[in-house]
Amino acid sequence: MTEPAKPANALELHDLSVAYRVGGRNRAVLRNLSLGIGQGEAYGLVGESGCGKSTVALTVVRYLPRNGSITGGAISLDGQDVMKLDAEALRRARAESVSMVYQDPGKALNPSLRIGRQLTEIFELGGVSGQAASDKAIAMLNRVRISDPASVMQRYPHQLSGGMQQRVAIAMALANDPTMLILDEPTTGLDATVEAEVLDLIAQLRQELSASILFISHNLAVVSNMCDRVGVLYAGMLVEEGPTDVVFNDPRHPYTVALLRCLPRGGQRKDHGRLDTIPGFLPGIGAAIRGCAFADRCALATDRCRTELPPLYDLGGRLSRCHYHEQAQSLPRATPSDAAASTPKAAAESVLRVEGLNKTYASHGHALRAVKDVSVSLRPGETLGLVGESGSGKTTIARLLLGLVPPDEGGRIELEGKPLAARLDNRTADQIKAMQIVFQNPDSALNRSHSIRHLISRALKRLAGLSGAALQARLDELVRSVRLTDRHLAVKPRQLSGGLKQRVAIARAFAGEPRIVVCDEPTSALDVSVQAAILNLLADLQSKEHVSYIFISHDLAVVRYLSDQIAVLYLGRIMELGPSENVFAGPHHPYTEALLSAVPKLDQTETSRIRLDGEIPSATNPPSGCVFHTRCPRKLGAICEEQEPSLAEAEPGHTIRCHIPYAELARLQKQKAVQTEPA
Amino acid sequence: MSATDAQTSMPDNTGRRGPWAEVFFSLLRSGTFLTGLGIVLFWVACALFGEHFAPYDPLADDIINALAPPSAEHWFGTDQIGRDVFSRVIVGSRDILTVAPLATLLATIAGTALGLFTGYFRGIVDDIVSRILEAFMAIPVVIVALLAIVALGTSKATVIVVIGLSFAPIIARTVRSAVLAERELDYVAAAQLRHESALHTMFVEILPNVIPPILVETTVRLGYAIFAVATLSFMGFGIQPPSPDWGLSISSNYGMIGGGFWWTVLFDALAIASLVIGVNLAADGVQGALND
Repeated sequence: MTEPAKPANALELHDLSVAYRVGGRNRAVLRNLSLGIGQGEAYGLVGESGCGKSTVALTVVRYLPRNGSITGGAISLDGQDVMKLDAEALRRARAESVSMVYQDPGKALNPSLRIGRQLTEIFELGGVSGQAASDKAIAMLNRVRISDPASVMQRYPHQLSGGMQQRVAIAMALANDPTMLILDEPTTGLDATVEAEVLDLIAQLRQELSASILFISHNLAVVSNMCDRVGVLYAGMLVEEGPTDVVFNDPRHPYTVALLRCLPRGGQRKDHGRLDTIPGFLPGIGAAIRGCAFADRCALATDRCRTELPPLYDLGGRLSRCHYHEQAQSLPRATPSDAAASTPKAAAESVLRVEGLNKTYASHGHALRAVKDVSVSLRPGETLGLVGESGSGKTTIARLLLGLVPPDEGGRIELEGKPLAARLDNRTADQIKAMQIVFQNPDSALNRSHSIRHLISRALKRLAGLSGAALQARLDELVRSVRLTDRHLAVKPRQLSGGLKQRVAIARAFAGEPRIVVCDEPTSALDVSVQAAILNLLADLQSKEHVSYIFISHDLAVVRYLSDQIAVLYLGRIMELGPSENVFAGPHHPYTEALLSAVPKLDQTETSRIRLDGEIPSATNPPSGCVFHTRCPRKLGAICEEQEPSLAEAEPGHTIRCHIPYAELARLQKQKAVQTEPA
Repeated sequence: MSATDAQTSMPDNTGRRGPWAEVFFSLLRSGTFLTGLGIVLFWVACALFGEHFAPYDPLADDIINALAPPSAEHWFGTDQIGRDVFSRVIVGSRDILTVAPLATLLATIAGTALGLFTGYFRGIVDDIVSRILEAFMAIPVVIVALLAIVALGTSKATVIVVIGLSFAPIIARTVRSAVLAERELDYVAAAQLRHESALHTMFVEILPNVIPPILVETTVRLGYAIFAVATLSFMGFGIQPPSPDWGLSISSNYGMIGGGFWWTVLFDALAIASLVIGVNLAADGVQGALND
């Protein structure tokens, strides 16, 4: 471990094993993990939740929770053996040579100290004091592209947006010029446009700094844009490693192959076919693994895979832990792709028609217009996707439609041609059961005191009016249709995984044979392989039951997969509404254009990037004229600040709220594509 | 994603115990809880079977041996009419261990119902009921007790009602804050979307999830209730002679401390203290186990 000069690798893990003590037993989380990150290199670590990604980050700085212990192997940070450091040396290493940025900046910052205090503290620890420390802090904030550092220094964390908080956290991490920067899901909780800004910032900082980066993420696209090399982690073992573009374009492990296939990509839609899934589950923490950890879920597995642990085969600059790495890409699909979805009948009557929906909250004496003048209609068997950043009113619209929150006077909601009362209490039983919801977080949506059987049968009793044998028969049918088994009925929600819980929530929503199901970010808390299975299930149920969806998501690829129509929302207003394909293909509203451009893409074909400056304005004090004018890259001039544009029909069924005429938008956006192509 | 999902998928791997079984096993490992439980069970055994192992009849007087100091014959001495203090302390746990738990039970039931209503309906219902409860909490128990005794006459039932109703607002406040947090969870919205009645949502959906804080508050209140019962008996309300009740005994004998007859008061006082400490230790243990 004692290299003479500067070591080749900034971080070197050698045969590292880590276990957590749970229920009196040591359970292996990392199993003989070896990896090296070169000086100045960005290394991405990907994998599903529970595979040990975050444990790697914590282990590097020996910051494991109390029940965690390193059971074997070595960690060397810049040539220094981390395992041999005493408390003082470890403290110095953490202060000087390695920094971490966590997922939730709100929790990383001290809520009761001003930003300035928290930043200067770091420099004071390094022996700089007073004005000098404060100057350095301002320089640091400038470095992370915060435009008004002096005023940010005076603020408390809660007064900053999530993106700003994460910038401050990054500034703090960079304060002592670390040699190793660990980023653990740094953009996971952020909106797409903010995520893009933070990723740009990290990319720019990489040019300026010499730090090596360990970038941990579940998002393959983010890693593919940010990292030089990538390691795929499964059950605490490295299953594949290599240069990012090589691994993602030509994966050599069935797990990587399957993971990539789960993502809705390249405009894939429900009527083209189903997404692929990964059958089975990740082995539990501490499960005994003989042979290949992925064998149980791998269609290519043979007896050899089940008994003999594959070594990391060296394939020339890349590694794969698969006996049959040369065949990995011939992995058969776990879910046949051919199930064709129904297309909505063009002539059919609207099942839902909403006109002039408004919602104003009173907030400290100001009117907060959460939803302004929203009009949409939905045909049977059709999906309306609602997209927009947080605070755009997506969830409020869902709650207004369901009657959970009363809208302002004057709007009109019609269900199958009949007006729908604003309040849930005034709706008939039939109207209530016609519109149901699948919530974002199943832990909140499923009563943790009740068994799965109780949860679903209660819904059947109340919504379908069933009892006795009829209820039992329908219960069996419903449980099978969401692909749960009888085994799951007896348990409480906490005993199920996230994906299974969401299936229970879907079963409950479908109990009364609804006409419309609102899906509020139903997959945002799930891993990609589970997300694919849930999206397939929703698509299957739609084609079978001819139900309509209102599908809310911040993930544009997911919305695109399931939606027939898309409404793009900004500050509670619809900026663009139209058939899914037209909205995605463009020409589109400048905001839609920016949203699409912000999404990190796996296939690095993207050449042009539109970045939105500044923060999303407050809904209590929305900008005059077009609400988007403060951030719009295509702003015309005074007219945008003075007059609010109306939703004008661009092509039949496709409306855009913009002063720029449709033909002009088409020309501008085409021009941009031409301009940037050679670059 | 990784953080939240890792937590939710954890229980898959940590065995098949339900949440209440976890609490039970955690209680069995808690020294605090076991100590408290031991003390309480000792007094419960005295209350149930006291007369079988008390050396004397706690009510039998023996004027010749009045005010005898502790000796081999009378471990804790005798009182002013010669009754054996040791036997009286043992049997004296009976009334307090009937009245205090029943009062706490009444407080828990009334407080839980009030807390569920105010927390569930919020708004104007909450404002009005909460202000009334706060006003109620501002009146000392003793004043309420005096008024109740004037109105209802003195009996154990009066004491149960007085203590039960004066503790109910405190429990209501705890339950209310727990319900306010539960109310925001989506399963309540899901119940509304099934057209469930408010009563069903409160008692079947929300109540099971607020049991842990209710349990903690109840055990804590039991300690206070024991103290309150002893205080009221000391003041002559509620439990009446010739019961060997601790508070009552202290009340009838404390005048004699000045004469040096300390044993007529000390052991009853220690009995009250040990029972309160036992209940509080058990309450600490329950709280610890539920917060794990």
